[in-house]
Amino acid sequence: MAATPGITDAEEAHVPNPVDRSTFTLYVNGTERTLTLDHRTTVLDALREHLGLTGAKKGCDHGQCGACTVLVDGRRANSCLLLAVAQEDAHITTVEGLAEGDRLHPLQRAFLERDALQCGYCTPGQICSAVGMLREAEDGFPSHATPRTALAGEGPAPLGADEIRERMSGNLCRCGAYPRIVDAIEDVAP
Amino acid sequence: MKPFAYLRPATVSEAVRAGAGHPGSRFLGGGTNLVDLMKLGVETPGLLIDVSRLPLDGMTRTDDGGLRIGATVRNSDLAAHPEVRNHWPALSQALLAGASGQLRNTATTGGNLLQRTRCPYFQDVSKPCNKRIPGSGCPAREGTHRDLAVLGHSQDCVATNPSDMAVALAALDATVQLHGPEGVRTVQVTDFHRLPADNPDQDTVIRPGELITEVVLPPPSAGAVSLYRKARDRASYAFALASVAAVLSVRDGRVDRISLAFGGLAHRPWRARVAEDLLRGASTTGDAFARAVDAELAAARPLRDNGFKVDLARRLAIGALVELTTRAAST
Ligand SMILES: Cc1cc2nc3c(=O)[nH]c(=O)nc-3n(C[C@H](O)[C@H](O)[C@H](O)COP(=O)(O)OP(=O)(O)OC[C@H]3O[C@@H](n4cnc5c(N)ncnc54)[C@H](O)[C@@H]3O)c2cc1C
Ligand code: SF4
Ligand code: FES
Ligand code: FES
Repeated sequence: MAATPGITDAEEAHVPNPVDRSTFTLYVNGTERTLTLDHRTTVLDALREHLGLTGAKKGCDHGQCGACTVLVDGRRANSCLLLAVAQEDAHITTVEGLAEGDRLHPLQRAFLERDALQCGYCTPGQICSAVGMLREAEDGFPSHATPRTALAGEGPAPLGADEIRERMSGNLCRCGAYPRIVDAIEDVAP
Repeated sequence: MKPFAYLRPATVSEAVRAGAGHPGSRFLGGGTNLVDLMKLGVETPGLLIDVSRLPLDGMTRTDDGGLRIGATVRNSDLAAHPEVRNHWPALSQALLAGASGQLRNTATTGGNLLQRTRCPYFQDVSKPCNKRIPGSGCPAREGTHRDLAVLGHSQDCVATNPSDMAVALAALDATVQLHGPEGVRTVQVTDFHRLPADNPDQDTVIRPGELITEVVLPPPSAGAVSLYRKARDRASYAFALASVAAVLSVRDGRVDRISLAFGGLAHRPWRARVAEDLLRGASTTGDAFARAVDAELAAARPLRDNGFKVDLARRLAIGALVELTTRAAST
């Protein structure tokens, strides 16, 4: 790109462009973080490149694998498809924010106990997704595996292995650790 | 991705004004399709108008017993809504058969209706595609088209509409409300998506700057049962090869109310009017269903590699009608 006459490259790089970037706040794992970011930045890139939180992984970057799953205001979402600026003031929980001090989250413990991983790349996404999924089931959200005769208002959806597999289908595991992932989640499901 | 400005209007009229004032802009719902296409370079808006926080997230019964669904209601909340599950189960089932739990939490009603085709050439900016660049050609017709259209396609485009939700809405006679620079209008979902003809760059009849504000379901018809069935390459988290939404009521052993729509077969949800006309008043036998569905699918013009879809759709539809007949008898 040709430099503007009279301005060096270095200076030009620092000219803030109010059009394509914004300053806003995200609450990440309970901490207020104010950021100035290019509008193109996704939540995933904000976490990994700007906040040093590399738990959420980039698998496909297109919503197809679930490795980037985080909780946004308590609900699971693919952070690779969320523009950070559009999440202004949201509360974001990553796998780093699940433990309470030294006490791992029950799902983290279950994944360890069941050895529910091989390479581990998909694991943070699996665990965040499972946290969100258990909450959805508790709130009575149905799934494609829920019997069609079940009516609304019958309380929490019971979670057998079929339900867990269906509800977790947005999280792929290239190592094929699925059987143990389902076991681990079943251990924690009510 | 091209740099862009970002705006978050507080009201519908502000959003519409902003859209009208910036021809290169796009409305941002959940972003699960738009952000993806921006990463691929298919969409290059200079301005995103974020409509996801507009006060359009309500679901309320209408005076006549229908349901108003705000454009920013998330797919997961719509699928879980007690009124939807109990009175319009085909809609809930269609949503739950689509995408993943994460995506449904983010995707909005408005964005789902306007999601673009998954044709691989459309998503690849190094390839020609009449939908992306009018006049550049359609490589899918001779190339990879196993997942593409068998009905209503044109020389210029053989793409399919990927939405499961839209198929259920078409069968349920839902309407879409649009707010645009020239005012407010209501369009039937069955008239909202178009066939490709010679201008496949237009997926729908939406006009520049128009914002979807709500979708309205008419009241459920008394005694009718409904369902959604989808066939795909894997058990979950895959787009439809073929799908069907059906609404049926039976009186004195004969079909009374019938509404049938196919997904995955065409550039829009395919309302099976030919089959419906044959079925109204017909006996509720497998033979009668097969005759009607065959009459509808006689219009199919499969491409080299997607003829299997016709048989798939046929079996889905007949199976759905048989199941609904059993259920209608027991209600
Ligand atoms: C991996 C993957 C798998 C998927 N599988 C399925 C599937 O099996 N079945 C299925 O049906 N879908 C599937 N989807 C698609 C998903 O359902 C859509 O991406 C989603 O519904 C789009 O909603 P959104 O709110 O995120 O839209 P956005 O991405 O925000 O917007 C989509 C389009 O709508 C426009 N828009 C948004 N809101 C409005 C409004 N209110 N008024 C006017 N214009 C508006 C935008 O400008 C854009 O052009 C899948 C997606 C992914 C990534
Ligand atoms: S089928 Fe339509 S979307 Fe696909 S390449 Fe042809 S013109 Fe483009
Ligand atoms: S990285 Fe987000 S879904 Fe794959
Ligand atoms: S453990 Fe390797 S991808 Fe799941």
